[in-house]
Amino acid sequence: MTGLGLRLAWRNLWRHPRRTVLTLAAIAFSNVLLVFMISLQVGTYGLMIDNSLQALTGHLQVQADGWLDDHRLQQVVPDGAALAADLRAGLGLAAVSQRAVAHALLSSEERSYGAQLLGVDPEREPLVSSLPGLLRDGRWLANGGAAEIVLGSALARNLRVAPGDRVTLLGSARDGSFAASITTVAGVFDSGIAGIDRGIAMLPFDYFGETFAMRGAAHQVVIVTPALEHVPEYEWRAEALLPASANLVVLDWDVLQPGLKQAIRADIGSAFFVYAVLVVLVAFSVLNTQLMSVLERTKEFGIHLALGISPGRLGNIVLTESALLGGLGLLLGMLLGAAVTAWFGVRGFAYPGMEELAASFNLPAVFYPQLNLVSVTAGPGVVFVFTLLAALYPALRLHWLEPVAAMRAA
Amino acid sequence: MPAVRCIELVKTYRQGSQAIHALDRISLDIAAGGFVCLSAPSGGGKTTLLNAIGGLDLPDSGEVWIDGERVDVLGKAALASLRLHRIGFVFQSYNLVPVLSARENVEFVMQVQGVPAAERGRRSRAILAEVGLEGLGDRRPAAMSGGQQQRVAVARAIVSQPTLVLADEPTANLDSEGADKLMRLFVELNERHGTTFVIATHDPRVMAYAKRLIRMLDGRIVDDIDQAGG
Ligand SMILES: Nc1ncnc2c1ncn2[C@@H]1O[C@H](COP(=O)(O)OP(=O)(O)O)[C@@H](O)[C@H]1O
Ligand SMILES: [Mg+2]
Repeated sequence: MTGLGLRLAWRNLWRHPRRTVLTLAAIAFSNVLLVFMISLQVGTYGLMIDNSLQALTGHLQVQADGWLDDHRLQQVVPDGAALAADLRAGLGLAAVSQRAVAHALLSSEERSYGAQLLGVDPEREPLVSSLPGLLRDGRWLANGGAAEIVLGSALARNLRVAPGDRVTLLGSARDGSFAASITTVAGVFDSGIAGIDRGIAMLPFDYFGETFAMRGAAHQVVIVTPALEHVPEYEWRAEALLPASANLVVLDWDVLQPGLKQAIRADIGSAFFVYAVLVVLVAFSVLNTQLMSVLERTKEFGIHLALGISPGRLGNIVLTESALLGGLGLLLGMLLGAAVTAWFGVRGFAYPGMEELAASFNLPAVFYPQLNLVSVTAGPGVVFVFTLLAALYPALRLHWLEPVAAMRAA
Repeated sequence: MPAVRCIELVKTYRQGSQAIHALDRISLDIAAGGFVCLSAPSGGGKTTLLNAIGGLDLPDSGEVWIDGERVDVLGKAALASLRLHRIGFVFQSYNLVPVLSARENVEFVMQVQGVPAAERGRRSRAILAEVGLEGLGDRRPAAMSGGQQQRVAVARAIVSQPTLVLADEPTANLDSEGADKLMRLFVELNERHGTTFVIATHDPRVMAYAKRLIRMLDGRIVDDIDQAGG
């Protein structure tokens, strides 16, 4: 399009300023909505994954092959502390820590409850888990192998114990013998994740090892990488560092917590449907506008055809009009959308109707949309393409226009 | 070689069971540089004949020749190109693009004709001066009188220096002063450039300017008068 063609298309747009403004508003509004919603999704998923993984799972875990399914005490990572140290050095990561895991019956003076006991390295555990930082009462485990325990809030409430109280634990040890010990409650954590607060207790790795006859063995070596996108790289590097003799595997968070990606995928699916409806509505609004504006100009187009100007040329003008309309909507939508999103990104946004999903993945009530290149451009870009597509039909119709009949049009 | 030659042109429209003979075996030669009025009452077949000559509409049978080239057998694109470069059309309603100024309306057609940008400005100014619109080039159609708008339409039609101009009731929307001015412009262009004019009209004041007056009735030529002397 040359200068004159552009000028013509631009001025044609403003023949009906109100109609153009309304169409433009529809395009811009849906673009703002798309930018905001996609940014919110990106932010929510990030938060969902982070919050959910940082409680216990981490990004990667080294386990004995089969432990994930069977959870048998005998399926061990032989020298957990040594392997964790090797991985820390080999990966250049501080956030690597071993755990031993067993089921046991916890009893207070009044009551008994079953729980999953985690033997953790008191010094390293805070680097791979958010739970030590979520203590509601008492204190975190002291370094060394003292006989003390930290309980989830619901578990503590069920047992009716508080820091300083005694708890008896009963289970079976790695060698099949009877495991029993009396321990003191050091602290109570409150993660907000029901399953964890009701069923998890942590005790020092060495104390766990004595009680369950672990002989230094662990069940997990938890690794937290600097960011989710680095996980695959650290995964193969960790694999290379495993001792060849042991039957060990490195599992990523998707395998460790399969519900997470499924929930995200389901949510993307339903959101995609909403986006598609939005884009189609905008496309029809543009189609309607352009069709009307072409029909109104039937006589004018007829004269131009009679003068020998080709339908393709006239169609180009119509397409240029749409491109200008869509381009303006794109710019406005991206700018406004980015502004609105940035504002909510600072202030936070309460998501209506997401409480259930939020609760099951330890999410807060307020979300922070995350602006990035994709979240700002993806939606408006698709809308722009559909704006052009919507103008194709009105533009192509000109090829069927007979100049004589068109000129006779009112 | 005549500028326009029509041989046995027939065009019949059907309206229900009734056949309307818009063109009933019209044969006609128009010499280059001619200044011809086609006169007929409304419905006499003037528009149908002009459209057939200009390739806007195909006759049912017969031949149309322009400058020695048979054109009724050409395809749509070739006919469009013929109109764009060699035939100037002026219609009853001027139908300028309302959002373009007088000069831009003319330049738009030139641009499509492939005239280089630098030349467009110069030529549009010259052509507007020629049709008597000097200094009005920046006006939009809405800010001009009907006569002025029709002059822009004429400028648009002749800017490619066509050898033939077909005008279909060009004065129908003009007052008598405007009509006179337009006809004098046509005569001037005809004499200065030798452009052939075929003007359809049922306005007696227009017919007075014609060098040759062809009267039609019900799709037939009923009279063909040489008025060049008088
Ligand atoms: N598209 C059409 N369909 C049916 N009848 C038509 C059509 N175009 C023209 N006619 C008829 O053909 C005849 C000649 O029309 P036209 O050439 O427009 O006459 P004029 O221009 O002299 O008024 C008229 O009777 C008109 O009603
Ligand atoms: Mg007519």
